Amino acid sequence: MIRNQDQFDVVIEADQRIESDDWMPEDYRKTLIRQIAQHAHSEIIGMQPEGAWISRAPSLRRKSILTAKVQDEAGHGLYLYGAAETLGPDRSELLEMLHTKKQKYSSIFNYPTPTWADVGAIGWLVDGAAIMNQVPLCRCSYGPYGRAMVRVCKEESFHQRQGFQIMLTLAEGTEEQKVMAQEALNRWWWPSIMMFGPPDTESIHNARNMAWGIKRYTNDELRQNFVDASVPQAEVLGLTVPDPDLVWNEERGHYDYGEPDWEEFMQMVRGEGELPAERIRTRLDAHNEGAWVREAAEAYAAKRREVAA
Amino acid sequence: MSPGWPLWEVFVRARRGVNHVHFGSVHAADEETALQAARDLFTRRQEGVSIWVVRSSDVVASDPDDEDELFDPAEGKDYRFPTDYKLPAEVDHM
Ligand SMILES: [Fe+2]
Ligand SMILES: [Fe+2]
Repeated sequence: MIRNQDQFDVVIEADQRIESDDWMPEDYRKTLIRQIAQHAHSEIIGMQPEGAWISRAPSLRRKSILTAKVQDEAGHGLYLYGAAETLGPDRSELLEMLHTKKQKYSSIFNYPTPTWADVGAIGWLVDGAAIMNQVPLCRCSYGPYGRAMVRVCKEESFHQRQGFQIMLTLAEGTEEQKVMAQEALNRWWWPSIMMFGPPDTESIHNARNMAWGIKRYTNDELRQNFVDASVPQAEVLGLTVPDPDLVWNEERGHYDYGEPDWEEFMQMVRGEGELPAERIRTRLDAHNEGAWVREAAEAYAAKRREVAA
Repeated sequence: MSPGWPLWEVFVRARRGVNHVHFGSVHAADEETALQAARDLFTRRQEGVSIWVVRSSDVVASDPDDEDELFDPAEGKDYRFPTDYKLPAEVDHM
């Protein structure tokens, strides 16, 4: 077991894992609680934009798939809340932080989903970007987080594939459907690019989190991987990526791409506007409307104890 | 060994970064001797770096008779697996 800073440093240096009963620096603990909790909040809030389409899915198969995906996202939230709790905070404290906006969720879920094609674009691009982020997190220095990520990553693959398949079906459909797919790509491309966070030059905690083994690649490295993977996929769909600066750079062996609108990103992170307020309201309503279920469970448990005694 | 001793389930973490895994059980008078017994019985060859013992009577297990109703509903839902989605060869590694 790790008892002090020196032993902690040795384990991190050797790229081994920290476990919940180990000593760890207060900042390491705080950083992880925040990151894991915000990751959990994102999974839970992320159920909303897609959940809104379950009742309008175009076939029974698509409805089953989307229901299964939204169930998975709920599960991811629960894996992650469980991992965060190994660091000290209680579940109710974590939810409180979400409900009072003291902790954030990924701003990608502050964009609207006006058409069925958005469900396709989310699966393909948003889950695709999430996978890009989450695969290296499987090797996070904090054991319980890494292990939760392994489970999550196993489940994510179908999310991306079902989304791409929706896009493919639309792209091969009528002219109107093709336009729908293109417009959804236009809406989700830049927000997905910005999911990796601010550029490395402005990312304050990159270096420290890399040294701690919480982060394995910088924001810009992950972003580049995402662009390189997604552009050929858009070509298969016969759709155009909405970036006039996008060009293959032979020398670098990567795509060059344009600068996202970071002002819009910061607005989204601050959660200003009607949609973010609605996300929290919907979440709070679900929580409050579920209060009687929690109370009933407690009353039932108390009664069973009474009967047993 | 007194017949009145409880049974303890033993979980061992093989190394940092992996889950505790169920290794088996031991008889012991209390939690401390259960840990010692587990250590002697299961980690003579450095099989682990951490041991958990849990009183067997504290383990709540699903009823074997409920197996069908608990686990059958997940059957036939192939769409929960990535292999259920046929994609063009160029993007099939996705
Ligand atoms: Fe997820
Ligand atoms: Fe997902």
